[in-house]
Amino acid sequence: MRTKSIAVAATAVTGSLLLAACGGGGPASAGGKISDGKVVLGLLNDQSGVYKDLSGPNSKVAIQMAIDDYKKKYGDKAVAKDIEIVQADHQNKPDIANTKAQEMYDRDKADIILDVPTSSAALAVANQAKAKKKLYINIGAGSTALTGASCNKYTFHWAYDTAMLAAGTASAVVDQGGKNWSIVYPDYAFGQDMNKSFTAAIEKGGGKVQQSIATPFPNDNFATFITKAQSSKPDVIGTMAAGGDLVNFVKQFNQAGLQGKTKLAVGLMFITDIHNLGVDQFQGTQFTDAWYWNFDDQNRAWADRFKAKTNVRPSFAHAGNYSAALNYLEAVQAAGTDKADDVVKQLEGKKINDVFLRNGEVRAADHNVTHDVYLAKVKSKDQVKEDWDLEEIVKTIPAATAYAPPSGACKM
Amino acid sequence: MTAFIQYTLQGLSTGGFYALSALGLAVIFGVLGVVNFSHGACYMLGAVAATVLLDTLGLGFWAALPLVTLLMFVFGVLMERLLVRWLLKLDPLYNFLLTFGITLVLVDLVKRRYGVSSLPYQVPAGLEGRIDLGSLSLSRYQLFVSVFSVLVCLAVWMLLTKTRIGMIVRASTEDAERSRALGINVGRWVTPVFGFGIALAGLAGVLAAPFRAVNADMGSNFIIVLFAVVVIGGLGSILGAVVAGFLVGLVEAFGQAYADRFSQVLIFVLMALVVLIRPAGLFGKEEAA
Repeated sequence: MRTKSIAVAATAVTGSLLLAACGGGGPASAGGKISDGKVVLGLLNDQSGVYKDLSGPNSKVAIQMAIDDYKKKYGDKAVAKDIEIVQADHQNKPDIANTKAQEMYDRDKADIILDVPTSSAALAVANQAKAKKKLYINIGAGSTALTGASCNKYTFHWAYDTAMLAAGTASAVVDQGGKNWSIVYPDYAFGQDMNKSFTAAIEKGGGKVQQSIATPFPNDNFATFITKAQSSKPDVIGTMAAGGDLVNFVKQFNQAGLQGKTKLAVGLMFITDIHNLGVDQFQGTQFTDAWYWNFDDQNRAWADRFKAKTNVRPSFAHAGNYSAALNYLEAVQAAGTDKADDVVKQLEGKKINDVFLRNGEVRAADHNVTHDVYLAKVKSKDQVKEDWDLEEIVKTIPAATAYAPPSGACKM
Repeated sequence: MTAFIQYTLQGLSTGGFYALSALGLAVIFGVLGVVNFSHGACYMLGAVAATVLLDTLGLGFWAALPLVTLLMFVFGVLMERLLVRWLLKLDPLYNFLLTFGITLVLVDLVKRRYGVSSLPYQVPAGLEGRIDLGSLSLSRYQLFVSVFSVLVCLAVWMLLTKTRIGMIVRASTEDAERSRALGINVGRWVTPVFGFGIALAGLAGVLAAPFRAVNADMGSNFIIVLFAVVVIGGLGSILGAVVAGFLVGLVEAFGQAYADRFSQVLIFVLMALVVLIRPAGLFGKEEAA
């Protein structure tokens, strides 16, 4: 009796699997090699807090664009026929990110997690990726630890990191004669990391850091910090504040009458920051951008598609999410399966040129994705020709100089 | 020495702003006995309202100053009439929780409507740049905020101590029963006083808009510093709020100059010390503690 029921159940299961395989793949394709019959992309980022605008829900639109492009390119030959996006809000908290990542991998059967701004949250997700042996491509977080001491086989770092921001901005500004710096940084993991990277890059270029001032985080009154930073009469004041703190800093910097007198360099800035506050406040500020929508026709065409769906221009994080999702699907296509180890093999060492990555390479040694980045300058009001036309690209920083070589700390 | 004077000036100018921002908190506690946790959210509403007025109606800073203050007064009156009033007779904790809940609702509503990123707002014309006095210099706008704040604090203090209205309000709070027996309609004064306190929060918000990031979360951290100010000054004491505002401004400025990363911690060290030595705060009445 019992044997019989097991047999019936087994037949039923096999039958439904067969059906699923046929329905999903068709006889000519490798559809059966896709786990659970579909590829699930998990988007885990800030859906309600400070990083919502720069990535947030609009990154889902970008990932959907990648899925559409993949399907259009391969049509009937696509290995992944059924592709789904799941998304969750991690509120920039590592503990929530950790739980959500587990849920995505286990319950939602996500084959990959994308984005995850906030370094501490990204590190938590990288650990989950390692434990579950599933992919994670980071776009939103900047910590070099992801490709250093905390690197692992399943984690990739796509868009930018603190070393690249420092190498770009610091060396460019030093080259232009900004030799003496005061650095003001928020006293937590990201700020400390940025302070170290910037100091190293400034000194390497022959500049000097006169003082490094640590501020509480978050903080809304910077008046005396700015006076103190100015007291050593530096050529450049570099701020590592981000989000609302950056706005506080810049407003008070300008009110201290320093705009146009002492050069302001911003460690990490997104186009959404400039757009929300207006070019007046930031005019002339230099920073490193991983991607700019109005850089060339290719970027612009993609940005037009994005704008048609969202009514805003994309940040580099949006374009980064698109590029990461598309290249993941391409890797699935090349591997003929969504098995993580096979997909990783396809990605490692891959050279990529797409709308986001120029001269891009997925470094096999540490999974850092290096590519050309840009030194940008905020336009003045009379230079702005249309909405979101906010940046002037001063120069392209080639991938080789933009990124630090693989750190010895990374053991795959 | 120059640096020292420079930091002192900066501390005093920040202090003026703190004093004004904490004033409404002190007035409401002094008169109603309500610890208004939504003060930070009302400050945020004031700042957001200023940017919205500019955006939609083209009304600048000088128009926003009285207009937003008035709007926030009406908002405060409604809040008292519809919500706070019903919990006045209960343990003060209930109103503390109520106003905390109001904060959450207001912050999320603003996020929903205006997003999470900061909204743009410029320094009003004529107040840009800085004033140089020899080797000393101060931001023109900061100086304006500071002087304006002190004037408002003075006016409020005069209103409460030197006028008949102030006398009635104070009598009503000192001893509601006896005041009633003397023919004073105590209940009548509660609502406008609450509205007045909320209006002060909104006023501080408008003043903050040109030099602070305007977003839904701007009040969440600020309220903590303001609580430190009123606890140091003595809950409910207007003079206390003003003196403590300046004190906290100075501690913060010198903290930033000489102990950078600890500048915020120092404020709370000061608060802890004051509470240890004088539990009711510098100017608080011991019995209130």
